[in-house]
Amino acid sequence: MKALVIAESREGQPLENYLEGLSYAKALGAEAALFLVGAAEALPAFAGTLFLAEVAKHLEYNPKGHKALILSAVEQFGADLVIFAHSSYGWDLAPRVAQGLEAAQLSEVVELAEGKPFLPAYNAKLRRQVETSGKLVVTLQGGAFAPLKAGGSPQVTALDTDRQSQVEFLGFEAAAAKELDLTKSEIIVSAGRGVGKAERVQLVRDLAAAIHGDLGASRPVVDAGWVEHSHQVGTTGQSVTPKLYIACGISGAIQHLAGMKGSDFIVAINKDKEAPIGEVADLFCVADLTQFLPILTDKLQG
Amino acid sequence: MKILVCVKQVPDMESRFQVQAGGTAIEEADLAFRVNEYDEFAIEEAVRLKEKLGEGSELTVLSLGPQRVAEAIKKALAMGCDQGIHILDTASRDPYQVASLIYQAVKDQDFEVIFTGMQSQDLGYAQTGLLLAELLGIEAVTTVVSFCQEGDGFLVQRELEGGQRMNLKLQAPALFTCQLGLNQPRYPTLPNIMKAKKKKITQLEAASLAPPAARSQTTSLRPPAKKGQAKFLEGDLGAMADQLVAELKAKSLI
Repeated sequence: MKALVIAESREGQPLENYLEGLSYAKALGAEAALFLVGAAEALPAFAGTLFLAEVAKHLEYNPKGHKALILSAVEQFGADLVIFAHSSYGWDLAPRVAQGLEAAQLSEVVELAEGKPFLPAYNAKLRRQVETSGKLVVTLQGGAFAPLKAGGSPQVTALDTDRQSQVEFLGFEAAAAKELDLTKSEIIVSAGRGVGKAERVQLVRDLAAAIHGDLGASRPVVDAGWVEHSHQVGTTGQSVTPKLYIACGISGAIQHLAGMKGSDFIVAINKDKEAPIGEVADLFCVADLTQFLPILTDKLQG
Repeated sequence: MKILVCVKQVPDMESRFQVQAGGTAIEEADLAFRVNEYDEFAIEEAVRLKEKLGEGSELTVLSLGPQRVAEAIKKALAMGCDQGIHILDTASRDPYQVASLIYQAVKDQDFEVIFTGMQSQDLGYAQTGLLLAELLGIEAVTTVVSFCQEGDGFLVQRELEGGQRMNLKLQAPALFTCQLGLNQPRYPTLPNIMKAKKKKITQLEAASLAPPAARSQTTSLRPPAKKGQAKFLEGDLGAMADQLVAELKAKSLI
């Protein structure tokens, strides 16, 4: 089997998520080549073939162009499998490439069991195995496959195309300045959708204050405007590794887990016993927040 | 301007999911269904665009699935869509089939702007919108967190990792997949729910739209192997709090 692993660059620098793609290819015993729209001065470490298109011409966002380049690399390499990260770059391009190949796509592969890919389903409460035939495109959940050690220099095969999206790429906008650096916190107490309404975030703040922790939040709470973005934990917020993480009313969407599962000790407080936060929690208190948090805070203060 | 929003009805994610005998689908009997959360942002953005453009713009909501899906269409109509298309289908479809069915239903209708959610909460493919755009041969931008129409063009922001964003400009026709937080989806008001009852929903049978063969097939569905070492505490809240405090103290975490 031959696998084309799609690497990414962001603002001129190659990202490291291709190492997880290489790990997936290796687990399948596939011969791997890399693809990158990037710069010759900043190549990913890899001992093998790299299909390289110049980012100066093809830009970092130009899906029609990148799709055409990937299809050309698939053909030249004779790839059976195209591996993307399930990232903002990967999920935007993978279906376009799959359609170009008339191939199936499996999104956010989380596990390989006996060579078969499994995908998360129903809020990660279930795992799904899917059969396909012919060429296949996959996107891999970040962190699901241990990255291979980077090393070597690639043999470059240059790619080019005149295809271009009619989308004008105007540039990047940095994330809002973080007023709060949660990456250094030792204790984080986070509020999730389960708090139910803005006023009840105070219960979580009170608990955080009682144990000298910082307030964190999951995405829905931030989107609803109950807590500022600087408190957001997860792939679109901060990735944190405190000694103690208390998740209050957080169901445990993959995007949130990715940002906190490295915490030393995780306590979940949730009335839904089946919530996927249970997969990473050390202690799971099955309780209604509104009743439980005041009691807990009171005991901690006493 | 003709605007389309595609929505999916999904089970409430707080539900307890049971796998059917046969092991490839979930038991639906005890589940409550609702509009996919990402699609609520898509509906809201579509309604805002229609309201901004005023006279001469028309907004259609489309959904695919069994009879129950009509509820999702009605909600979108109550939020401000003008009419609905329901592709009646009881089969389990892969994203390529779903996109192909939608394509067959809308290909001659010249929609200039199409909104979808960026993914569904239940299966999380994040493919259907892009495949539809590919089939229609129009531009598509995913993970939109800011949307602004200006003249016959659009200024949008895509969300990247860590809160970084990308600014893009494009012209119609185009498809946008909407990320959570793009706007604040409105609640349908009672008068609008009443008005929505008079709006037209066109039903199409999936079989009449010649669905292509699936490219993928679910062969098993099971709970994940529990890596989790989680210790569960239940029952009396006071006792639970005492136990939690004791555990945290024993580990010198507080």
